[in-house]
Amino acid sequence: MHAFVNYTLDGLSVGMVYAAVALSLVLIWRSTRILNFAGGAMAMLTTYIGLSLIDRGANYWVAFFGALIAGLVLGAVVERVFVRPVENKPPINAVIVTLGLFTLIEALAGMIWGNSKSRSFPAHFSGNGYRVGTTRVAFAPFDTFIVVAVALTMVALLGLFQYTSLGLKMRAAAFEPVVARLQGIRVSRMLTLGWALAAAAGSLAGVLVAPRILPLSPNYMDDVLVYGFSAAVLGGLDSPVGALIGGLVLGLTREYVGGYVSSTYEIEGALVLLIAVLMVRPQGLFNRIAPRRV
Amino acid sequence: MATTPAAPESARTTGPVTDADGPPPSAPSGRARSAWERLPVVARTAIFALAFAVIGILIANGISRYRDFQLAEIAAYLVAVAGLTVLTGLNGQISLGHGALMAVGAYCAAVLLLHAHLPLVVVLLLSALAGGVAGVLVGAVAARLRGPYLAGATLALAVGLPEIPKNYKYFGRDEGLTINPPLPPGWLGTNAPIERWGAYICIIGAAVTLFLLANLSRGRVGRNFRAVRDDEIAASLAGISVPRTQILAFTVSAACAGLAGGLLALVTPTVGPGGFSLALSIQLLVAIVIGGMGNLPGAVLGSIVLVYLPSWATSISNGVGLSKQIGANLALAIFGGMLIVVMLAFPGGIAAAVRRTWWALTSRRRPATTIPAGP
Amino acid sequence: MLEISGVSASYGPVQALRDVTVQVPDGSVTAVLGANGAGKTTLLKTITGLLKPQAGTVVFDGHDLTSMKVEDIVRLGVAHVPEGRGVINELTVDDNLRLGAIWRRDTADRKTALGEMYDLFPPLAQRRRRSAFTLSGGERQMLVLGRALMSRPKALLLDEPSLGLAPIVTAQMMALLRDLSAEQGLTVLLVEQNAKSALSIATTGVVLSLGQVVTTKAAAELAADADLRHHYLGF
Repeated sequence: MHAFVNYTLDGLSVGMVYAAVALSLVLIWRSTRILNFAGGAMAMLTTYIGLSLIDRGANYWVAFFGALIAGLVLGAVVERVFVRPVENKPPINAVIVTLGLFTLIEALAGMIWGNSKSRSFPAHFSGNGYRVGTTRVAFAPFDTFIVVAVALTMVALLGLFQYTSLGLKMRAAAFEPVVARLQGIRVSRMLTLGWALAAAAGSLAGVLVAPRILPLSPNYMDDVLVYGFSAAVLGGLDSPVGALIGGLVLGLTREYVGGYVSSTYEIEGALVLLIAVLMVRPQGLFNRIAPRRV
Repeated sequence: MATTPAAPESARTTGPVTDADGPPPSAPSGRARSAWERLPVVARTAIFALAFAVIGILIANGISRYRDFQLAEIAAYLVAVAGLTVLTGLNGQISLGHGALMAVGAYCAAVLLLHAHLPLVVVLLLSALAGGVAGVLVGAVAARLRGPYLAGATLALAVGLPEIPKNYKYFGRDEGLTINPPLPPGWLGTNAPIERWGAYICIIGAAVTLFLLANLSRGRVGRNFRAVRDDEIAASLAGISVPRTQILAFTVSAACAGLAGGLLALVTPTVGPGGFSLALSIQLLVAIVIGGMGNLPGAVLGSIVLVYLPSWATSISNGVGLSKQIGANLALAIFGGMLIVVMLAFPGGIAAAVRRTWWALTSRRRPATTIPAGP
Repeated sequence: MLEISGVSASYGPVQALRDVTVQVPDGSVTAVLGANGAGKTTLLKTITGLLKPQAGTVVFDGHDLTSMKVEDIVRLGVAHVPEGRGVINELTVDDNLRLGAIWRRDTADRKTALGEMYDLFPPLAQRRRRSAFTLSGGERQMLVLGRALMSRPKALLLDEPSLGLAPIVTAQMMALLRDLSAEQGLTVLLVEQNAKSALSIATTGVVLSLGQVVTTKAAAELAADADLRHHYLGF
């Protein structure tokens, strides 16, 4: 019973990180119909930028927000420079470009910061589990921070999209770009903004997961991306709610499989779940938009 | 009614117009066909394959042992790249998981070599078969998926499959399985290096694969592949079973990947999870992008780049005096950069761009197209 | 004044418009008529910048629209209700309407305009929080018309607004357009296959066939010309 509680708590915490990655992918998918395979690498890059700030004496919060801002900038730049040319081409072009970015960014990070230097990202909050009675549970102040940060971000983005004019413009640009242009909306700017926000969400995931990865290396986000991607697909790529639920489901699955079966099968468990869901519902769980047939 | 320009969810990742669609329409069509053109396709491809094998073997005889090893690698990867280019270029399905399918063939061959005494040909055929069986399974799942969901499922395969051998002693866990490479047969001479024999095997394997794929591509199956790629609905209305075609394409390409894995197992000392990571799947993609998707000759170019670039990059960086840190990552950075640049500048692949330039330059000297007089 | 002069436009190898010249005086209702594929939709797309012409110019109020971007043309006061209406199904009625004026900075006036649209179209007011895809054909037409009017345009381009609507609804809509044009001085360019309805409110009729202007006449004359009507307009 104790183990179950711990697995569940761990699963929720890591699930929120996956949800952030999934949200990042969903935002980009909704606005540009592109799967950003470079999402993990971009998050990694901004986390390393945050780490560089710490090396120069900055405190955790400067590095934290520095990474998020770097994410905003990186997302905008990537959209403008690399993605814009393939936005209206066959989907395979965008797949290849984002895979190329993924490879390139990780290689560049390796060149700048090294592949195996022993570094770690600090955590501002304690990683020791809360005391409940006489035992410690597997949920620490840092986990609280993770859950709160991701939840706040999601609420903020929800508020932006549902309740502001800017959000309305972005939604219109995503759903019907031509119609949106006819309403005077500068659709290409909305797409850039969408990528910027999505990349910032990815950066959030990157800094939240980094303190627990020891040592940090340029490919630390690879697994996280696979989980986050699975979460997004599971939830249905058009659904931000699906991203949240998908993230939590995948986080829990990973912990249960890791705990009850074997830690070496963690990722297999997640992937089997993904394939199983896709076989039954090829459009994901929460997609109201069924795959268009005919 | 939607005025969205986005492709519908049910559309495959149809690629740009590929070289598999044939040469540009300025090819002469009115004059009498030459002797070459009157040969049946089977004969023409057989001659090409034979020429390929002969040239390859001649090259293998004239180079150092290390170069023989690289030649063997190129030929082995060529088998996988050729299969993948058929899947993506002809049939329009994207797979990020072919590295994992190569692992299936490689481990199959390794296990057979270690625990059974079978002729090499049988081992290789079984590797191809293992890949093919995996391909049927993956293809059955893939046939239900479209676009990003397909990419994602194959990504899952690429990441998840190589982890499995890590759990079993039988498969060598993290270190993998070590095999003794096959010894050259007596008739090759007493001094024949092992690497040369390895190169021969791989070159012949590649020649046979190219022959089979070329015929497949020009036959009815190839036409079905392209029909499904271009318009699933039209193809199914024409009586083509779309799921079966897609599964077949996956199976064929997976069998190629399995064979390639088996060939690699013969020439490299170890078969381990590290050699079949996601990076390999991405590198296979690099090869087909450079060569032009659907373009078999382009697959040769892609495979050469794939094998040469890493060693070339490391030697350049050492020569220029860059740090080890940079040198180790340079090849990957170039691969990533190539994917981006080629896709942005040459959506049909470098080989296609070169071809089009060639046709454009030579079209002035070609006889004018005469329109055939009647049915 | 909206002046289309010598415009030629194509979709790849298909020439959709050939040397088309149309003059739309301020405050008038001009009907653009013709069969399917005549180029009517293409003409509207060329005016609002969705399609760039190979030749010719489009001038509105002294501004050269020919090389301008869609978003900028809209901000000059040209509203375009496209083919198929362009309702964004995933958004609510309220959101769809608000989109019409979203580029305008005057937030107070945006609110006022929204109120005016709900007054003009009571069925929309009743459904303001509902998802747009629940609306009927007639309600969807009201929605996109309201959305177009939100930006207080000077010129209104409509592409087959009567499509799929019952005759009585069409008649009401046409009457509304005529009244708006008369009361607010709105310039209306109306593309229609339902030539009879369109001509009933138009001052001028332009007939297109195979991308070319066949004739430009006063609406009453067009309606009276039986030969022309049978040949090009289907009635």
